[in-house]
Amino acid sequence: MNTFISKIKIAALLCGISGFSVLALAGEMKDTGTGGGGQNKIEIKDFAFNPQTITVKSGDKITWINRDEEPHTVVSVGKQFKKSPGLDTDQTYTIVAGAPGTYSYFCSVHPKMTGTIVVQK
Amino acid sequence: MSDYISHDHEHDGIDRRGFLKCMAWAGTGVLWTISGGVLVSKTLAEVAKTGSSLPTATDLSFLQISDSHIGFNKAANKDVTETFKIALDRINAMPTPPSFLIHTGDISQLSKPEEFDTFDQILKSCRTKDVFYVPGEHDVINDGGKMYRERYLKNVQGKGSGWYSFNKNGVHFVGLVNVLDLQAGGLGQLGDDQLEWLEDDVKGLGADTPIVVFAHIPLWSVYPKWGWGTSDSERALGYLKRFGSVTVLNGHIHQVLQKVEGNVTFHTAMSTAFPQAAPGDAPSPGPLNVPAEKLRSMLGLTSVQYKQGKTALAVVDSTLS
Repeated sequence: MNTFISKIKIAALLCGISGFSVLALAGEMKDTGTGGGGQNKIEIKDFAFNPQTITVKSGDKITWINRDEEPHTVVSVGKQFKKSPGLDTDQTYTIVAGAPGTYSYFCSVHPKMTGTIVVQK
Repeated sequence: MSDYISHDHEHDGIDRRGFLKCMAWAGTGVLWTISGGVLVSKTLAEVAKTGSSLPTATDLSFLQISDSHIGFNKAANKDVTETFKIALDRINAMPTPPSFLIHTGDISQLSKPEEFDTFDQILKSCRTKDVFYVPGEHDVINDGGKMYRERYLKNVQGKGSGWYSFNKNGVHFVGLVNVLDLQAGGLGQLGDDQLEWLEDDVKGLGADTPIVVFAHIPLWSVYPKWGWGTSDSERALGYLKRFGSVTVLNGHIHQVLQKVEGNVTFHTAMSTAFPQAAPGDAPSPGPLNVPAEKLRSMLGLTSVQYKQGKTALAVVDSTLS
């Protein structure tokens, strides 16, 4: 029965090139172009956000990249920032951290997947 | 290969070996026949092979297909439109066509209009024209299911986010939506409005009315860790407790699993696109890669019988053809 668990992992070589980015606003917002410049990446893999909790500074960019073969979304609990579209494999989504605070989010396709953004001054 | 249950830790009639044998194989469907409140399921491959046990003129037969995932093109199946076509070919090859189809969700991979278009185009080749739908989470990604409702739930006049019911040959069918307004950290969800509607919908029915409920995500806790369950399904099932025959048909997990609880039989269908791992058997519930030559030819044969008043699960997972 080894065949059942055999896996073929597709190397995601073109990440960030084939993906697309959408600007969304967390709290009071700045344009991505004038952000503080901090780069924070959250990888979506095996149905989990990694890191699950990320601490950033207000004005930092936060980018999710989907490394799964399943589509995922990034949806703010309480609609505190704009939700992502469905992200296919290797697609990305970027927001700029807004007002300091703690923001919870999840994947609306697989709501067991949750994450937290802590925004500091 | 003989069919027996060697280990049944959960006392649910399914052991690991049997489970693997009846796993979902692409390009398959399940034929359901109803006679006097007793449901019997057979895979299409089984029907085609034996040509027997087809419904008589007075029986109602329908077919469940699920999880087409049109638009998916990863290693687990590079051509999901082709395997969906194969499933329809099987339906068209049946000596007695089913009265209607039920599609239990995930028509599309990414809720894209062109994915739905492709599905609709291919479906035209099916000689059974009546299809009843419920959405999967892949069908409602960007717009809360608006496009899906406009395309697939107009004829049935779906209430709320799209739930509805109808009667056929004395059987009461209920299509439920459990993929919308999901909560962070949660499972599938029906919601108060839908549950209240359900309670009202079945209120006037006699307890001897056979009930068939269909929804995308399983209405029983298959494996909550992977989101394979519905948080408020217990309440829904509570409204159905008094009925002598309740059959719950779900998709979502891309493999056949069954369970009987009192008068309720739960059944999950195979996908026409790609298999998924057995619960907990992989790091995540993503697509499961099997050797390409096996994807289409390894058809699982699952025959199931449900009889009123019996609690034992009658499931036969036959050899792969």
